[in-house]
Amino acid sequence: MAFFRSHVLVCVDPECLAKGAHAMLDALQDELVSQGLIDEIQVLETSRIGSCADGPEMMVYPEGIHYVGVTEDDIPYLVEEHFLKGRVVPKFQKSIVAVVDEELGPAKPKEVRVVLRNCGQIDPENIEDYIAEDGYAALAKVLGDMQPEQVIDEVTRSGLRGRGGAGFSTGKKWQFCRNSAGTPKYIICNADEGDPGAFMNRRVLEGDPHSVLEGMIIAGYAIGANWGYVYCRAEYPLAVRTLNLAIRQARDLGLLGENIMGTNYSFDIEVRQGAGAFVCGEETALIASIEGKRGEPRPRPPFPAVQGVWGKPTNNNNVETYANIPQIILKGADWFASMGTEKSKGTKTFAIGGDVNHTGLIEVPLGITLREVIYDVAGGIKDNKPFKAVQIGGPMGGCLPEKYLDEKIDYESLNAAGAMMGSGGMIIMDDETCMVDIARFFMDFTQDESCGKCTPCRVGTRRILEMLQRICDGEGEPGDIEKLEELCQQVQQNSLCGLGQGAPNPVVSTLKQFRSEYEAHIYEKRCPAKVCRKLIHYSILEGPCTGCTVCARNCPVNAISGERRHLHVIDPDICIRCGICKQVCNFNAVAVS
Amino acid sequence: MYNIPPQETPANDPTIIPDQKNIIDQVIAENKDRPGAMMVVLNELQTKIGYISRPMEHYIAKHLNMPVGSVHGVVTFYSFFTTKPRGKHTIKFCMGTACYVGGTPQLIDKAKQLLGIDVGDTTPDGEVTLEVCRCVGACSQAPVVVVDDEVQGRLRPNKFPQVLNKINRPQE
Repeated sequence: MAFFRSHVLVCVDPECLAKGAHAMLDALQDELVSQGLIDEIQVLETSRIGSCADGPEMMVYPEGIHYVGVTEDDIPYLVEEHFLKGRVVPKFQKSIVAVVDEELGPAKPKEVRVVLRNCGQIDPENIEDYIAEDGYAALAKVLGDMQPEQVIDEVTRSGLRGRGGAGFSTGKKWQFCRNSAGTPKYIICNADEGDPGAFMNRRVLEGDPHSVLEGMIIAGYAIGANWGYVYCRAEYPLAVRTLNLAIRQARDLGLLGENIMGTNYSFDIEVRQGAGAFVCGEETALIASIEGKRGEPRPRPPFPAVQGVWGKPTNNNNVETYANIPQIILKGADWFASMGTEKSKGTKTFAIGGDVNHTGLIEVPLGITLREVIYDVAGGIKDNKPFKAVQIGGPMGGCLPEKYLDEKIDYESLNAAGAMMGSGGMIIMDDETCMVDIARFFMDFTQDESCGKCTPCRVGTRRILEMLQRICDGEGEPGDIEKLEELCQQVQQNSLCGLGQGAPNPVVSTLKQFRSEYEAHIYEKRCPAKVCRKLIHYSILEGPCTGCTVCARNCPVNAISGERRHLHVIDPDICIRCGICKQVCNFNAVAVS
Repeated sequence: MYNIPPQETPANDPTIIPDQKNIIDQVIAENKDRPGAMMVVLNELQTKIGYISRPMEHYIAKHLNMPVGSVHGVVTFYSFFTTKPRGKHTIKFCMGTACYVGGTPQLIDKAKQLLGIDVGDTTPDGEVTLEVCRCVGACSQAPVVVVDDEVQGRLRPNKFPQVLNKINRPQE
């Protein structure tokens, strides 16, 4: 094995790629070659290291130095200083402590990383890195010392519940599948993470694929299955590539395939790609899709544990659920159960988005409050604006206003508040967000993604959307709110699958929490947050306008006229209220009313 | 039974172009014995050919020994499969929540203005296709566009011309 004096981990998370990580990586390779250092310094690609918010980042070991905001032009200087002269370059340095401390450090004090523990710290394309972090030790323990029933018992005692959103006890689910008659049995990993604003699973698959594979193999052993599928959405090509590579490496080491670790247990995994249908996150639709059919759900029962893929007993869990398994086996059910609340154990990853200071991925123990997550972990609302709502649980979730901020994050509390755990997307909104518009946005999503099999969902979501559209356009009528409530209830109660049953949730929760905004739209034809295009007007203020022409040049419909250095005027008949002029104006001269 | 409908022009029938027919045959041969082969075949062909037209549906149905209706049903169900050839470059606008709130609608307006086409359409010269897509998982970069395979984040409408310059698109 070659010996390298130094290892450079470069983040190739989509967010860093967006900021030019590829060009930087190429430049780094070239520079190391031209300086003759390529045999001494190994460059590895990894997933997210820090927040990604500051630009392309890298981690240099053994020093454990974290550089951020490095562009390709900075590479020659950086290589000369750090690798030739051995001097740290403070300009790009983020912190001199090792990644572990940085991720758990004072910046995000309330995090506990179980599922994300390896992400950004190991090379996901190298199985040895995973094994060095106790990887596949849990599998060895299971295959060597434990009976399938003991494995299920351990998982049940840990209190782990499905991380896909519904929160069913994982151990019980395994037990059902084990007890089902019929062979062969199958394991499915649901990696069809379709909620807008959620990317926890992508991160795990790209950063630590082996933890998911190991969890699946253990589940397979416990249930008595010999074949597993990972169903990954088509929008995550890098995750598919990483997984396939990980599977090949595991096969080469005898951790997958025939007679794993020399025992008489055999298990193999295949990755199946989705094709952009949100409903395929629903387990029966996902199974149909694996079978090569249209991804339409079917009524349950029979549950997949009895009749799943190819009509055989099938266990389906989410990526995060499987990623928890090796740790539970290694550290024990009691350790896992020591985190969280009475009914919701362990940790949960959340993707934080929207108007907060630190967007990105976090992992917190269940039972933490929303306020702690938003103000302590995510650093509070951007520009110190007032908090308005947090949308939690994806398109089937709900919007919670300020009075719920001290609510605990666990399955039961969130359901009681009218939201849900979902897969873990959390969008935080400030006072410039219109809740009717948000409800319309989610309805537009679910309406578009409705598979069309059952009428309540197919027609109901469409009608709800049309009503919301009318309200946003200022054409709402008295009585619309009551009609919406009734229709939402119908769709919730009569739809076939979780997508339809959950589709009205954003409307129901915003109606409940932000009813006054709906009323303002309907009765006063006014959008309090100044978002809905047909209810607002843009104008240019005489005082601040310097006549710089920026707004006129950027207007997509040429609605702005005016001489250079003179006041500009917006023609309201041409204006489409896109707000570009307000965004580009450097003098705050564009007003909305 | 497998006759190609007369209104189809050769332009969208890759099965009569030898190079492309070879690709299609190879994909089918590699996967036809797998259980649930159809999704795998369609995914591969969408990536390698770029679209799945009616003549291709007929061809696939024949070789996988399935009704054309089932193939058509699957192709039209999933948004990832397209029935028309795309432009040389694709610009996708992320419609995830964070991007939507962060200004994707304004970006789309700007793009429509610059290119003179609607979302879902391709410029008449076959260069650029505009599409919207689901969350690409780069939410902290919102709003995000995906130009071919490259994610570009924190994009403001006034920076959009630079996106087009990058793919050498002369502006109208």
